[in-house]
Formats: sequence, C-alpha cells, structure tokens
Amino acid sequence: MNNIEKILLVGNPNVGKSAIFSRLTGAKVIISNYPGTTVEFTQGKLKLGEETALIVDVPGTYTLEPTCKAEDVACRMVKEGGVAINIVDATNLERNLHLTLQLLEDDIPVIVALNMWDDTKHRGISIDVKKLEEQLGVPVVPTCGLSGEGIKELIERLPQAKARSLPVSSDAQKWEKIGKIVEEVQKLTHRHHTLLEILEDLSIKPLTGLPIALGIIYCAFWVVRFIGEGLIGHIFEPLFTKLWLPLLMKLSTLLGEGSFLHHILIGNLIEGKIDFSQSFGLLTTGLYVPIAMVLPYILSFYLILGLLEDFGYLPRLAVLMDNFMHHLGLHGYAIIPFILGLGCKVPGVLATRILEERREKFIAATLLAIGVPCMAQIAMIVGLVGQRGGKYVVLIFLILFLLLIIKGLVLNRFLKGTSPEILVEIPPYRIPQVTAVTKKLWMRLSGFLKEALPLVLLGVLFVNILYTLKIIDFFAYIFAPVLTNLWGLPKEAISALIVGFLRKDVAVGMLGPLNLTTKQLVIGSTILSLYFPCIATYMVLIREIGIKDTLRSTIIMLVVALGVGILLNSIL
Amino acid sequence: MIINLTQMQPGEAGIVREIQGGQGFVRKLQSMGVRPEKKITKVSSHFRRGPQTIEVDNIQIAVGFGMAKRILVEVAR
Repeated sequence: MNNIEKILLVGNPNVGKSAIFSRLTGAKVIISNYPGTTVEFTQGKLKLGEETALIVDVPGTYTLEPTCKAEDVACRMVKEGGVAINIVDATNLERNLHLTLQLLEDDIPVIVALNMWDDTKHRGISIDVKKLEEQLGVPVVPTCGLSGEGIKELIERLPQAKARSLPVSSDAQKWEKIGKIVEEVQKLTHRHHTLLEILEDLSIKPLTGLPIALGIIYCAFWVVRFIGEGLIGHIFEPLFTKLWLPLLMKLSTLLGEGSFLHHILIGNLIEGKIDFSQSFGLLTTGLYVPIAMVLPYILSFYLILGLLEDFGYLPRLAVLMDNFMHHLGLHGYAIIPFILGLGCKVPGVLATRILEERREKFIAATLLAIGVPCMAQIAMIVGLVGQRGGKYVVLIFLILFLLLIIKGLVLNRFLKGTSPEILVEIPPYRIPQVTAVTKKLWMRLSGFLKEALPLVLLGVLFVNILYTLKIIDFFAYIFAPVLTNLWGLPKEAISALIVGFLRKDVAVGMLGPLNLTTKQLVIGSTILSLYFPCIATYMVLIREIGIKDTLRSTIIMLVVALGVGILLNSIL
Repeated sequence: MIINLTQMQPGEAGIVREIQGGQGFVRKLQSMGVRPEKKITKVSSHFRRGPQTIEVDNIQIAVGFGMAKRILVEVAR
C-alpha cells in the first residue's frame, strides 16, 4: 500500500485518541480524563515523507454499530474508508480488542497503537507485543500519547497497516477469540492498592463520596474566586487604572469630548473622567469588560476545571448526582455539559451529544441555555452586583438554581417518556500533568480572546451606533410597557436586552450606567440570564437539537423570563 | 446462588451468568467488559435505587439501578 490519504484514529472512549492525535498533528485539541471528551470529529494533517495525509480524531466508540450520536459519527467515518489507527488501552486489552476484531472484519487497513503503555507497568500488566501482532495479523506498536513514546514508530510502521477482511463472526465468537488471545499474550501480577486507588473507592462510595464531592465543589468555588479576585485586584485593575487610563485621558483631550470618534472610542465622560464600567467606548469599557472583569475568572475557572478533568473526577460526580438528575429527566452524566456550560455554553451544548435520547438532549440543552449562566456572565454579575453586597449575588444565583430545578421537574413531568439510566465507565485517577493542563488552559483562553473579544467590541460599537441613530429610543418606547410596568425596570434597559443577544457580559455591564436600584439590578441580571442565550449558543443549539426543538426551547425561555421578571418585581 | 447485581453487597464478587434485555443493552455491556462468565466485584451502591458501581477487569463502571437488576450474578453465600 503506498498512498495514504486519510488516517482515522478509532478506539473505545477514553483510551487517549485525542492525545495521539495531538502528538501526530501538533494540533491543539482538548484532552480530558473522561469518556466523551471528543464528540465531534477533529481533522488535522500529517506529513508522511512527500505526501500529506488527512488525519481524523474519531469520537470514541465501543462498537461499529452506533448506539448514540457520537458513536454514529464514528461509524460513518469508518465506512468512508482510509487507514485506521486502532487505539487500544493496553491496561484494558480484553475489552478494547472487541472493536479491533470488528475493524479487522472490515476491509479497512488497520494498525494497532497499544496506548497507555506506561500505565501497564505499575498496574502489574505485561503484554507480549510480538505475540499479539502474530495473533492479530496487523502491526502493533506500544505508545504513550501523553509523553509521546512510540509515536515515531507508529508513523514509520503506518505503511504496514493491513486490511484483514476476516469473515464476519458473531459477538460470542469474537469474545471467545479474544479470551484466547488475551490468555496467550497477557500476564497479570498481583499488586497492592495505591493511594490513588483507595481515593477512587472512597470518592465513589456514597457515604464518603458525597462529603468528598461537597468538599471538592466548595474548594473549587473558593479557589476560582480567590484566583479571579486576586488577578483582578493585583494585576488587571492596576494595569488599567495606572497605565491605560492616563493614555486614554490624553486621547480624550486630543479627540475632544462630543466628537463622533470620542463617542465611539472613549464613550461618555462621567463627571469629566473616564469610568471604565460606565463610559462605554471601545477602548474603555470595550476592553475593560472582557479583559479586566471576565478574563481573570475565565482563567481561574478553566484552570480548576482542567485539573478536575484530567484527574478524572467528573465521572464520579456524575454517578453521585445521578439520583438527583433523574428528577430533572436526565441521568448523572448530563452533569458534564452543565459543568462545561458554566465556562461557556457553546462547548456545553456540544457535550449534550454524550446523551443518548432526543428527550434528554432537549431537556439538557434547554436547561443549559436558560438556566446555567456562563463564566463571562457570572464574572460580570459578581463585579457589578457584588458592589451592592455579596448577598445579592448569592440571591441571583439562588434564583437561577431554583429555576433550573423547577424547569427540569416540569419538563420531566410533561414531556413524554422517561429518563434513561446511566451506564458509564469511570476512568482511573491520574495525576494531572502540568504541561497538559497549561496547554489546555491556554487553548481555552486564546479561544476566549479570539472569539469573545471581537464580539464584545462589536457589541459595544453596535450599542453606540444604535444610540447615535436613536434606534435604542425607538425600541425603548415599544418595549416600555413590559420593562417598566411588568418588570419595574427603566425603559432604557432595553439596550442591555438587545446586546444580550450578542454577548452576555457586555449586556450585564450595560445595566451599570443606568443607575438602577439594587432590586432593579437583581431583576435585570436575572432576566438577562434567562430570556435568551447568546447568539453563538443559539446557533449551536439549532445545529444540535434541530430548529423545531430550538423553537420549543425558545418559547420556554421567553415565558420563563417574562414570568420570573413579573414575580420578582412583585415579591422583592 | 444467583442474584441480581443490586442484591450484591459492596465488596462482594461474583460471576455474571445472564444479562436480560435488548440486544443494544447487552452489546453495550459486553463491550464494556460485562458479559456471562466474567468475574465482577461490586464497589458501591447508591442510595434510593441509585446507580451501582462495579469493577471488572480493573475498570469501574456505573450502571443504573434498573439495568443492574437485569444483570444476574452467581455469588458464593
């Protein structure tokens, strides 16, 4: 076989396909220690001598007959052909070989990467690679995706990949065959339980697991807050007030207050001065909001999330939360899209692919879109409402959390069907590696700067233009009855609702200059979290659950926002 | 004696004898390592008909309560 055009990385969930992909292509992809991190296939390029091959990171699958969306993607990719690098978890040979045998029955050339090779040593597993190669009839290369061991050999032996086209056998026959192979090539030696394994057991047993979960969530919360506040107070705030502000003041004098450019770049002067949270120019609030208010929290959140992901804690939390989640019509694993959604809803909605059924996808996506505030929004609420007292911040999040539960209970009650049960593999704990965590953090931060920052600036520009053209006044006039009579907000708050379609952080920020009472601020921030997700989330929502379900979801959003606004206005 | 997975005690080991259910369910469990003649150990059982966690081939798996009832295991008692 000479020309390799397409290479597929195929394997069970959580065997390290993404790590190998990243090693082969140098591309940056999110790698975590739980099944279902990759739900969408990712493509990259690999140089093979003169040729360049397309290389595809296929979502993990147990079988070539799909049982969920992520697996469906995997199966379709394999049918399209190419060369398959079958990534096998060396610490779990028996189970992984089932997919290998299925691949060998296809007419696709296969090479096996025996991944997590380094783990086998301290797990007391020894595998005779040569023998395994003879048994399978295709090349087998021991690899370690995280450290890069064996990757070179894998590339070198790629041309030796062979299509076996074995006769199709039944499942039972396959298992029998696998039993024989494993007996032949693998030896297990007894070993003592390690500290990590004791911790694994403790965190999955309910009596010890629940206190541990509470402890971890509590610590995560405080660490995120501590780092976020620390970064703002010691780095970003001084940077803006001591360095950036004097420059802007000079620019302001240069442009002259009242000029069009001054209005766009600097915004309004508050008592003759630039106020970063109120001026609303591109260079003032437009930069201050994303960089000095939101970025520090994004950084601290993703740092902690990355550590928890790589350690392998999230699936355990999912199991512990399973009972509770069933009341909302979901099973425990649905906690993962919610946790990702706390960072940004776009990856959150994408992660609903790990759920099997349409009903639970709809519930998860709807709750996520209107019940879970993203970190940009959380940071702004903390920054803005926090000035009036921490208890009001707590109040807003309490309201949102209660609503999330009520919405889940109602949807579960009135949607036909029942919630499916959890069936998931719990990965072993692994000590997170500094380089891997830093790399992932950097990817997520640069993602924020590349995708969110331009949108924030666009949002600020957009508002200024709408103000200048008096379009805001027009909308304010039309929506005044709802805003003032029902929600008790000034009609100018419509500008925040309009910008809320684009970015939530800017939208919350726009409540700042309106001189709201604390009650109005609480109502405004809550409604901004409920009435509509940002446009980026909405687009992903349409793609993932379809137009019809998205419209149903939208109606729920609008009704909830309207109702909650009225309710809060009358009881607060 | 043969009991279902939910009736096993944490720490107890047994041999899987039968998995009752549709083909998709049986397949998925099989590919996760749970199939007749395999030795499994129950790790924990969560309150109020919560998920059951088991260990098979060094790997832990969480199985919903209803599913666990359809996994029949032979234990020495």
